[in-house]
Amino acid sequence: MIAVVWVCGILVTVGAVLAVVRAEKGPSMLDRTVALDIVVTAMIVAVALYGAVERRTDVVPVLVVLSLVGFVGSVTVARFAAVEPEGEGRVRTREEIAAAEAERMAAEDEAEGSRRTGRREGEDEHHGGGAEGEVRG
Amino acid sequence: MTQDQWTTVADVASAVCLLGGAFLAFAAGVGALRFPDLLARMHAGTKPQVLGLALVLIGLALRLRSGGAVWALVLVAVFQMLTAPVAAHMVGRAGYRTGKVRSDLLVVDELTSDQARAQVRDQGRPDDDDPRD
Repeated sequence: MIAVVWVCGILVTVGAVLAVVRAEKGPSMLDRTVALDIVVTAMIVAVALYGAVERRTDVVPVLVVLSLVGFVGSVTVARFAAVEPEGEGRVRTREEIAAAEAERMAAEDEAEGSRRTGRREGEDEHHGGGAEGEVRG
Repeated sequence: MTQDQWTTVADVASAVCLLGGAFLAFAAGVGALRFPDLLARMHAGTKPQVLGLALVLIGLALRLRSGGAVWALVLVAVFQMLTAPVAAHMVGRAGYRTGKVRSDLLVVDELTSDQARAQVRDQGRPDDDDPRD
């Protein structure tokens, strides 16, 4: 039994590590979701292995919870998956962040200005539509 | 057979099941790392999610051999089999809609041709408000 446990443990660990490597490489959010799903499954297998070795019945609720968590995670990420422009997956440099921030502030000021003039003219206030970057069509 | 022999048989069967489940988890890791696109990686990821999990839970049940725990394990398996297709459907749909599916790797792509046909059929009609929901 000890040899079996060692072999199983090594297989599961290597599988989980390979999945983590894929989660790190991406390239998209959905690839990472799939990879992390595999990690969660490897965790379920590992916990079940532990329970089998030690003959412990109290790990069974942990298995139930883990299978729930994996489902909720991947569905949530899939719901908010958006079209990512090329090169979105990398970390931005300081200059790029500063430029984007300045642009955002300018846009906000402009929106504020137009909102004020709009209100003076008695236009209806309109409430926000769908989330930006939502999956469409 | 005596009680002892049955216990040995159950332990050996459980060891085989656990080995199978662990191997499938390993195969999923290799597949996720090496396969070229989202759908192929999803395919690799489903191996331990259903068959691998079932094997591991059978192995665990053979080792625990107590009524209440085994029913909870059945619950885990049933739950996973209900939720895995839903999650895979959501991920696959989001992947298709955001262009993560490489059409040059597909043998059959019925969705794209169906969508093209539906678009031709709907031309001239006023555009409905998001028919998905």
